[in-house]
Amino acid sequence: MGEKILLKGNEVMCEAAVQAGCRFFAGYPITPQNEVPEYMSKRMPQVGGIFVQAESELAAINMVFGASLSGARCMTSSSSPGISLKQEGISYIAAAELPCLIANIQRGGPGLGNIRASQADYFQAVKGGGHGDYRVIVLAPASVQEIYTLTMNAFDWADYYRNPVMILGDGISGQMAEPVEILPYEPIVDLPAKDYILDGCAGRKPRVVKTLVLRPTDGLVTHNEHLQGKYKRIEAELSLCEEYETADAEIVIAAYGITARIAKGAARLARKKGIAVGLIRPITLWPFPSDAFAAVAKTAGQILTVEMSHGQFVEDVKLAVNGGCPVRFLGKGGGWYPTEDTILEKIESMAAASATIAKGEL
Amino acid sequence: MPTLKRTNVLTEVRTHYCPGCGHGIAHRLVAEVIEELGIREKTIAVAPVGCAVLMYDYFNCDMTECPHGRPPAMATGIKRTQPDKIVFTYQGDGDLAAIGTAETIHAANRGENITVIFINNAIYGMTGGQMAPTTLTGMRSTTSQDGRGEHGEGPPLKVCELLSTLDGVCYLERTAVSTPKDVNATKRAIKKAFQNQIDGRGFSLVEVLSMCPTDWKLSTAQSVDFVNNEMKEAFPLGVYKDKG
Repeated sequence: MGEKILLKGNEVMCEAAVQAGCRFFAGYPITPQNEVPEYMSKRMPQVGGIFVQAESELAAINMVFGASLSGARCMTSSSSPGISLKQEGISYIAAAELPCLIANIQRGGPGLGNIRASQADYFQAVKGGGHGDYRVIVLAPASVQEIYTLTMNAFDWADYYRNPVMILGDGISGQMAEPVEILPYEPIVDLPAKDYILDGCAGRKPRVVKTLVLRPTDGLVTHNEHLQGKYKRIEAELSLCEEYETADAEIVIAAYGITARIAKGAARLARKKGIAVGLIRPITLWPFPSDAFAAVAKTAGQILTVEMSHGQFVEDVKLAVNGGCPVRFLGKGGGWYPTEDTILEKIESMAAASATIAKGEL
Repeated sequence: MPTLKRTNVLTEVRTHYCPGCGHGIAHRLVAEVIEELGIREKTIAVAPVGCAVLMYDYFNCDMTECPHGRPPAMATGIKRTQPDKIVFTYQGDGDLAAIGTAETIHAANRGENITVIFINNAIYGMTGGQMAPTTLTGMRSTTSQDGRGEHGEGPPLKVCELLSTLDGVCYLERTAVSTPKDVNATKRAIKKAFQNQIDGRGFSLVEVLSMCPTDWKLSTAQSVDFVNNEMKEAFPLGVYKDKG
C-alpha cells in the first residue's frame, strides 16, 4: 500500500507526472488548471526538472516539442481556449512522432466561455483539432485516483507509441480534492530505446527531426500511410473501457470522465426503483472502445448518452452502436453539469416510454 | 598563402538557394564557426519555416525543423533539458520578426543561453516575395505593390534596436554579407555569438542583412548594391548590445 494523501485532481496529475519521470513542464496560466503550473513551478526544481512559464500556449507546446526531441519526459497543460492555441504544435509533434503529455482541464466554451467545467472539447481532442490526418491518444479519468494512474500510464503509452497523449479532464475533477494512494511508478510496457533524439551527433551520423515531406507519391503519402498504420495498431491494442452492471441492463448510460461518475450514482438510484440500468464508460476516448459499445448494444434495450456538451461524444456512441439499439441523449454545454436526479428523471421517462410501446398503447 | 577548403559541417550537396542569395554565405560562415570551435558533435540546430527550412539537408549536425516562428521556444526546450549542448536557431525575418515576435522577445528577455542567426532580407522569399516585417519603406512587394507605407503597413521593424532594450540579452550585432569586409565581420560576430553560449553568457543574436535577387526582382549585382545603399541605411550595422 502506498501513502494516502488528500489532493486536488490537478495536483495529483502533477505528482503522478513527477513520479513517472516527467522532468520538463512548460505552461501558461488559465483557470481552472492553475494548480498545475503552480505545483510544477515548485516541484520540478526539487527533482532536478525544468519548469518554464511560457509567454503563450504556442511557446509552451513548442518548448515541450524541444524537450521531447531531447529525450525528456515532458508535459504541458491548459484549459480549453489555451488548448486551441496548442493545436499547431500538437499537429507537428504528432507528425514528428514524438511523445509528450498534454492535459486539457476543460472549461465552458466557445470563445472565452466561462470557468465552469465542460466536456465541449471532445471533437477537438479525439477528431484532430490541428491540421492534417493525425491522432492523439485521449484519456478520460473519472476520479482523482484514476487521474494518478492514467497520468503515469500516459507517459508510457506516449513513449511506447511515440505519440502525444492527452488527458481530457474537466474543471470539476481538476478542482476536486479526494484521498489518493501515491503508488510508486512502474512502467506498464517495455519502453523502447529513444534512438531518434537529438543530443549532438557524437559517434554517429547526424539525425533530423522534421515534418516537411515535399515529395507527394513516395514521401508524404508514404509518411501518412505509416502514421495510419500506427494508429490502427493503437486502436487494436489500447481501447479501454469500464462496464458497470451492463449484463442485465435494459438501459445503459454511456458517459465519460466526471459525468460517468455522476451517471453511476444515477444507475444505482434507478436500480433501487426497479429499473435495470448499467453504465459503459470509455477510459480511452481515442481509440474509442467501439467493440464494447457494439456488444452492449446487443443486450441493452436503449443507450442514454450523457455529456457536458450539446452532443459530441454521442456521435461516436452512435457510430459504434451502428443502429444496434436506440441511442438517446442528455447534455448541455456552457458549464452545465447533470445531477444524479436529472439523469434519473431522463431514465424514468425512457423506461416509461418503452413500457408504453411494449403494451402497444402507442 | 591561405588555402580554401570546404568545411566538414556542410554536406556535399547542391543547395536549392537562388543565384545571388545570401543564405549560402551565411550557412558557410555558421558551419565554419562550428568547425573552428570544435562543437559539431554537440550542436543541435533549429531550422525555421521559410527559405532555410531545408537547411537540415545542408548541415552535417543534429537538426530539427520547427513550426513557423517558434524556434526560440523550441530551442528553450532543447537547451534547458540539455544545457551541455550547443543550440542555435537560424531564422528569417518573417519567422523571427513577424509570426515569432513573441517567442523572440521572451527567449531574449529570459536570457536563454542560445545563439540566434537572423537573416534579414526584407522579403518573404519562400512564398514568393510578399511584404516582410523588415521590408523597407517605399519598397514594393507582391503584397505592398504601391510601396510599403502607402496603405498603413507601418515602417520596418528593427529587431536589434528593439531587443537592445531588454536587460536579459547578452549580445546583439547587425552585420551584412554584401561585401568581403562584411562577410568577415559577420563571421566574427557569429563566432562571438557561439562563444558566448559556450561560456554560458546567455542570449546572443546576429542579424545578417542579406540579398534576395529573385524576389527583389534585381540582378545579383544590383542586389548587393541594394544591401549596401538602401538596407544599411535603414538598418545601421553595428553592435547593439554586448554585456561582455
